[in-house]
Amino acid sequence: MNDGEQSGGIGRRGALHCMVWAGTGVLWGLSGGVPRSLGLVGEAMAAPTSGFTFLQISDSHVGFDKPANPNALGTLQEAVARIGTLPQKPDFLIHTGDISHLSKPKEFDDADQVIGGARLPVHYVPGEHDLLDDGTGQAYRDRYGRGSQGAGWYSFDSGGVHFIGLVNVVDLKAGGLGNLGHDQLEWLEDDLRGKSGSTPIVVFAHIPLWTVYQDWGWGTEDGAQALSYLKRFGSVTVLNGHIHQLMQKVEGDVVFHTAMSTAFPQPAPGSAPSPGPMTVPPDRLRSLLGTTRVTVQQGTKPLAITDSPLSAS
Amino acid sequence: MMPISLSRRRAAVAVFVLLLGTGAAAAAPQPVTIRIDNFTFTPAELSVPAGTTVTWVNGDDIPHTVVAVDKSFRSKALDTGDSYSQTLSTPGTVAYFCGLHPHMTGRITVTP
Repeated sequence: MNDGEQSGGIGRRGALHCMVWAGTGVLWGLSGGVPRSLGLVGEAMAAPTSGFTFLQISDSHVGFDKPANPNALGTLQEAVARIGTLPQKPDFLIHTGDISHLSKPKEFDDADQVIGGARLPVHYVPGEHDLLDDGTGQAYRDRYGRGSQGAGWYSFDSGGVHFIGLVNVVDLKAGGLGNLGHDQLEWLEDDLRGKSGSTPIVVFAHIPLWTVYQDWGWGTEDGAQALSYLKRFGSVTVLNGHIHQLMQKVEGDVVFHTAMSTAFPQPAPGSAPSPGPMTVPPDRLRSLLGTTRVTVQQGTKPLAITDSPLSAS
Repeated sequence: MMPISLSRRRAAVAVFVLLLGTGAAAAAPQPVTIRIDNFTFTPAELSVPAGTTVTWVNGDDIPHTVVAVDKSFRSKALDTGDSYSQTLSTPGTVAYFCGLHPHMTGRITVTP
């Protein structure tokens, strides 16, 4: 356990950390809006899965070569190779941003080549590291933004679920958090108009839409407004990246989840002087990197979320 | 081009030397460095005379940018060890932040 945990019992976050370090994942489901824990991955894997699955990959930071992980492209390759070994092939991938480290064409090229190896459709949203070109994001939009609006937001339907990709890394304000902005919020409200409240919704964006830790800017300034448009839906799953660690929260019918990075871990909120890359012993690194798989069960509508570290057997 | 006569050239050189002399008398203020470490500008607040060149140096393993709140300047992404300089010639307050991590803020007071 790290020192940042509160005393007097293991909190949800603490428990998650311990399990991840042990090289396991957590699977839990959402049924009729009521989340229930389904236990550890080993157990849950035995549960029959039907319907379709998709996989979240995040923060690949291709181009990063600092001590926390001198070969971020290599660990991305490992993550993609693992996708190929899954018993049920996911229908598609969602990448929640920071594909590249510095938005260099070669970084995007390398990322595309490796991620393309999964031979699956990929739905991207940008992280702040993907908008560092001279055109402040033009390179990203040219490459990944086909069919998107504004800075790159869009929605689509698959497997009876309505998916919404949001961009909260543009036009950030001094002293503030992530930002969706007026135009995107209007688009979101409009996008949801006419949708039945029983439609499962999956929202994905780079920076958490809920405030994880204000002091490190881990939240979205106008995220609450976006969530207010989602209140009438019975099943809302919010998938984010940016913080390079697992974090889960349930609020009413909304399930919030952040994914691990495939490149390097970051410290738990407030447990280090800054949110910078966390260097861990080499044999521990792969227990802190990984991907997230989401299973949508037809009929009963539970969304089951499984986090798989690279080091999991 | 008309060739410049020797005397005129001498005069021009003399004027130039004179200008250099005055320049030295009103020497540019000492340049100042602001470090970026642990997602923090250090010093986060400082006061400099007008004409000071301020250089930001990134010591983090993560890129940062330096962006003026009034949009008067904006650096490119500074990778580890990269720096960015800006000469502040107008008295007043310059508020700035990191465009990637906007919780990182700093302020420079430019005195006349």
